[in-house]
Amino acid sequence: MSATPAAVNQMPREHYLNATYGIRSWLLTTDHKRIALLYLASVTFFFFIGGAFATMIRIHLLSPKGLLVTPETYNKLFTMHGVAMIFFFLIPSIPAVLGNFLLPIMIGAKDLAFPKINLLSWYIYLIGGCFVLYSFSTGGLDTGWTFYTPLSSVYSNSAVTPAVLGVFINGFSSILTGLNFIVTVHTMRAPGMTWFRLPLFVWAQYATSIIFILGTPVIAITLLLAGLERMFHLGFFNPALGGDPILFQHLFWFYSHPAVYIMILPAMGVISEIIPTFARKPIFGYSFIAGSSIAIAVIGFFVWAHHMFVTGESTYAALTFSLLSYLVAIPSAVKVFNWTSTLYKGSISYDTPMLYALGFIGLFLIGGLTGLFLACLGLDIHLHDTYFVIAHFHYIMVGGAVMGYVGGLHYWWPKITGKLYPEYLARIAAITLFLGFNLTFFPQFILGYLGMPRRYASYPPEFQVLNVMSTAGASILALGYLLPMIYLTWSMRYGEVAGPNPWPATGLEWRTPSPPPTENFEVTPEVTWEPYDYDNRPDLGLDVSGAPALAHGDD
Amino acid sequence: MQADLPLYPDQASNFAMSVDGLMAYITAICAFFAVAITAAVIYFFFKYRRKHPGEVGVPIHGDMRLETLWIVVPLFLALTMFGWGAVVYVDYRRTPMDTLDIYVIGKQWMWKIQQPTGLREINELHVPVGRNVKLILASEDVIHDFSVPAFRVKMDVVPGHYNTMWFRPTKAGRYHFFCQQYCGTNHALMGGWVTVMEPMDYAAWLSGSSEATANPVLAGEKLFAEKSCNTCHLADGSGRAPSLNGLYGGKVLLADGSTVTGDDAYLRESILNPAAKIVAGYAPVMPSYQGQLTEEQIIDLTSYIKSLQSQPVPAKGSGVAPATGKK
Repeated sequence: MSATPAAVNQMPREHYLNATYGIRSWLLTTDHKRIALLYLASVTFFFFIGGAFATMIRIHLLSPKGLLVTPETYNKLFTMHGVAMIFFFLIPSIPAVLGNFLLPIMIGAKDLAFPKINLLSWYIYLIGGCFVLYSFSTGGLDTGWTFYTPLSSVYSNSAVTPAVLGVFINGFSSILTGLNFIVTVHTMRAPGMTWFRLPLFVWAQYATSIIFILGTPVIAITLLLAGLERMFHLGFFNPALGGDPILFQHLFWFYSHPAVYIMILPAMGVISEIIPTFARKPIFGYSFIAGSSIAIAVIGFFVWAHHMFVTGESTYAALTFSLLSYLVAIPSAVKVFNWTSTLYKGSISYDTPMLYALGFIGLFLIGGLTGLFLACLGLDIHLHDTYFVIAHFHYIMVGGAVMGYVGGLHYWWPKITGKLYPEYLARIAAITLFLGFNLTFFPQFILGYLGMPRRYASYPPEFQVLNVMSTAGASILALGYLLPMIYLTWSMRYGEVAGPNPWPATGLEWRTPSPPPTENFEVTPEVTWEPYDYDNRPDLGLDVSGAPALAHGDD
Repeated sequence: MQADLPLYPDQASNFAMSVDGLMAYITAICAFFAVAITAAVIYFFFKYRRKHPGEVGVPIHGDMRLETLWIVVPLFLALTMFGWGAVVYVDYRRTPMDTLDIYVIGKQWMWKIQQPTGLREINELHVPVGRNVKLILASEDVIHDFSVPAFRVKMDVVPGHYNTMWFRPTKAGRYHFFCQQYCGTNHALMGGWVTVMEPMDYAAWLSGSSEATANPVLAGEKLFAEKSCNTCHLADGSGRAPSLNGLYGGKVLLADGSTVTGDDAYLRESILNPAAKIVAGYAPVMPSYQGQLTEEQIIDLTSYIKSLQSQPVPAKGSGVAPATGKK
């Protein structure tokens, strides 16, 4: 908010939010921007549910014997926390909210390729969500989000069937979104928007979409098989009926490991947009960042059995999957190095999205590096299924994916709503989140190395101190999430008018009013500039002459 | 004893030092990169802060030499981690000869453990210092996991499979063991203590324990008659099924020409699913005992068959391949 005089900005007279009115105009909309907001409301709802379960988990673990609930209820809490957060918040969050809103605008299109299918995918999400909520409210779910057989298919007494059906149905929503994105990027780019002029956010969404359409059918059929085994006693995974429980794990992780990349890749895309904007310079190594997204999506399909090093799988399989797991770490490292280098000789502002982006780098760094510990065969024997794993994937999914999502929401909030959020409050929230997150999850690395198993409703007393630290951090973290919910909602009505390009940023989405018109652009734009190129953009009104221009490739 | 807030568990097995060494190595490399990158981010953040509102950054698009450097160096370091980790893992998965074999059965939500003498324990495991111990793991219901943090080892206990794990305790004491694979309501209570004893104490404990000791070989022999196994598996090889003398630990020639080792997993499979591997020269007439035997009864039968290891192998009517049978 440093560069633009706010006084001259006015809301456009007509935009996608006020083009039509009434509940029907929302529930039957085919405007990708309105569907994005429908998704925003529903994923926020599931985030609240999952967050409430997490709060109860942390309170319960204050005492070694368990403070709050019975072991049975505790098992349901962590299961429902995982199912709500992973399938109904993290996986759809960035693609279905930010991706839906931005992908067509970023490539200069009027909408996605299949607007009605886009709406359909939201309804499918809702139907899947209803099944899962039905499971939660009629007996709950206590299988762990991993649904391991034969516990889920034979032994659990909870409402497993509606839950697996809900996740099964929800999968189609992901598949349709992925399909829509891929077709849109291939066929609807504006004149001049070549593949290597695509914003890196679009590259990340494209890579994510590949995983959506290749991976999701596998989890869908796997959970359906587990459901059939439970309902009709067909022997797929139950050894008493001639099945093999290890088969379930192979099928489950074939999707669920790439699903981790579904969660983190779009967040990496967000960070790749924020950093050049607030450093006001081209991203360092564009093609390496774009290519590494594709590399992660592809290699990510060949590492799944690293979740199974201690199931008794063959030593040769373990060696292969460990090696491939190390390879998938390299493209992530490439991204971090390039983001860091982009800061070099930048013009760095301290705006809130930038704080989220830098926080993301710090947390993703720890999350990614601790993945190297778990990919290590000899170490994984000790670390597997301990709190070390919990800490590792929360650093990736919360420290990475959620920081990226919240940072992206701040960055594009002026575009989505036409209003600015209160900057200082937002900075305080960002710092609160960062500190609270570290206090919550860093102690869990130590707990894990000491051997504390995950999914324990009670634990030996020597683990208490670290658990209390973790719970203290969680209460700070909760505050950090509540603050943005409050002030972002507040700003929709009372926030300062943003104007079309408050930062200013270079992407096409900033060349149209905020909020954009229903058709996104008054006239179809023609792209004549390279991505993140501040030097050849006189329309941004920046002081280009102040910086010595250097040729490409120079240092 | 360690400090009040230890950073690592007791080191009480042969694997503890190697796993901790690996941990130190990877931690050192990762800490270096984490500190270096964080420091660079913070330094740039303050050094290149925006001086006036219209300022733009210097347009630098990339550098091939740097990209190559930060692909090659991390790749090399990652491969060293892989290599060292693989060495430790292969050592862990390759059980040495002449181990002390202990059967461990997991069921919701307790551990039943049987010493080689047949002495049974619940949620307690006694082992001697300095002896290679092999645990043979079976589950009666869902997947469990037997984990001893002080030994740095764990292994899933999978229904329908026999998994094995081994370790050599190096320090007497009492250490936690946990079920580390979520197994339902009382998962958190499915743990116990490993007691590592000096060999003399262990021997005294084994012989002096007043708990009822059912001899698994005798129990297995009784079952062998009760279930009428002995009507076909005649010791002299004249029955409809091969003699079991010398089977345990030997090589078995199968109908398809391949050979398998007569170990616990093979015996278990042949009892529950006899058609899976047919001994050369025999018809697949044996019925399945799936659902008719508990895991403990299978262990008793295995113990009995193990006791026939030293019995004379008949020249005809045995599945055991001659010593030179394997190329």
